[in-house]
Amino acid sequence: MCVNESHIEHKWYDNLKYMVVGIMFGIVFVKAEIVSWFRIQEMFKLQSFHMYGVIGSAVMVGVISIWLIKKFKIKTIEGEEITFHPKTFNKGQIIGGLLFGLGWGITGACPGPLFAQIGTGATAIIVTLLSAIAGTWVYGFFREKLPH
Amino acid sequence: MNLIELIKQPWPWYVAGPLIGLTVPALLILGNKSFGISSSLRHVCAACMPANIPFFKYDWKKELWNLFFVAGILVGGFIAAHFLANPEPMVVHPDLVADLAKYGITDYSNLVPMQLMNWEALTTPRGFVMMVVGGFLVGFGTRYAGGCTSGHAIMGLSTLQWPSLVATICFMIGGFTMVNVILPYILSL
Repeated sequence: MCVNESHIEHKWYDNLKYMVVGIMFGIVFVKAEIVSWFRIQEMFKLQSFHMYGVIGSAVMVGVISIWLIKKFKIKTIEGEEITFHPKTFNKGQIIGGLLFGLGWGITGACPGPLFAQIGTGATAIIVTLLSAIAGTWVYGFFREKLPH
Repeated sequence: MNLIELIKQPWPWYVAGPLIGLTVPALLILGNKSFGISSSLRHVCAACMPANIPFFKYDWKKELWNLFFVAGILVGGFIAAHFLANPEPMVVHPDLVADLAKYGITDYSNLVPMQLMNWEALTTPRGFVMMVVGGFLVGFGTRYAGGCTSGHAIMGLSTLQWPSLVATICFMIGGFTMVNVILPYILSL
């Protein structure tokens, strides 16, 4: 019993490191105006390079980082081997992708920016987030009947 | 210009993009976690309303890190808006300003268009579509696609997953269609 309890305690504490990464991530989101509805409109109207620059350079840094992790067999801070989960293709990436794209164009936000927008004080975005959670739930409910 | 003043300026893409890219190795090295945000919405469903749906029957507590991560994003948004805020209104492309003015959108004081997305607007057809329908499409679409811009466009492309490339292209097609073809009708509601 006691061992179990201390284990949970450790796990809870352990998660704070992800919160720190999230905080830094949220600051970048707001400071680079990625969470701005206006910047998303500019992106889809081809009026600004900003969002393309952000996503493009993020992917480049990501590709290089993953390459370095694989090449030097970098382990986690706890000495665990880093594993990757290959994604398998299904029709969801097309149908779901298009549906998300439509929602992205309306709300001007992906899931991450929704959290950051609420943090900035745009409290009405809580409704958008709750609706996104509802959308996820409805997907789960109809999952077996949807084409994949 | 001192450092704090510099930080308060809007950050250019070549600063923000690499910092976002570094989230990928940061999460992997901290605890073997794949970068992804839309999964957090699934974990909330699994934790709050699993309703015996197979898709929500899993040990969400093992994914608690993801909820801490998104809580951090919220806190980060608060810190940036309250302590590192840019006092000037957003600088937006003049064509967009002219275009949005047609729909009465003139307030650039906030990153979120306050004239479109606020509690009062929720009861209007336009506000309802913008917040409720838009949010629903984000949640439904990302889960159907198996990820969002973070999971597919950044993590997926970083690990050279071609299904993620397909998803990212579809995200962009959906966005272009909405903003250029459908949104003018929604804004006119």
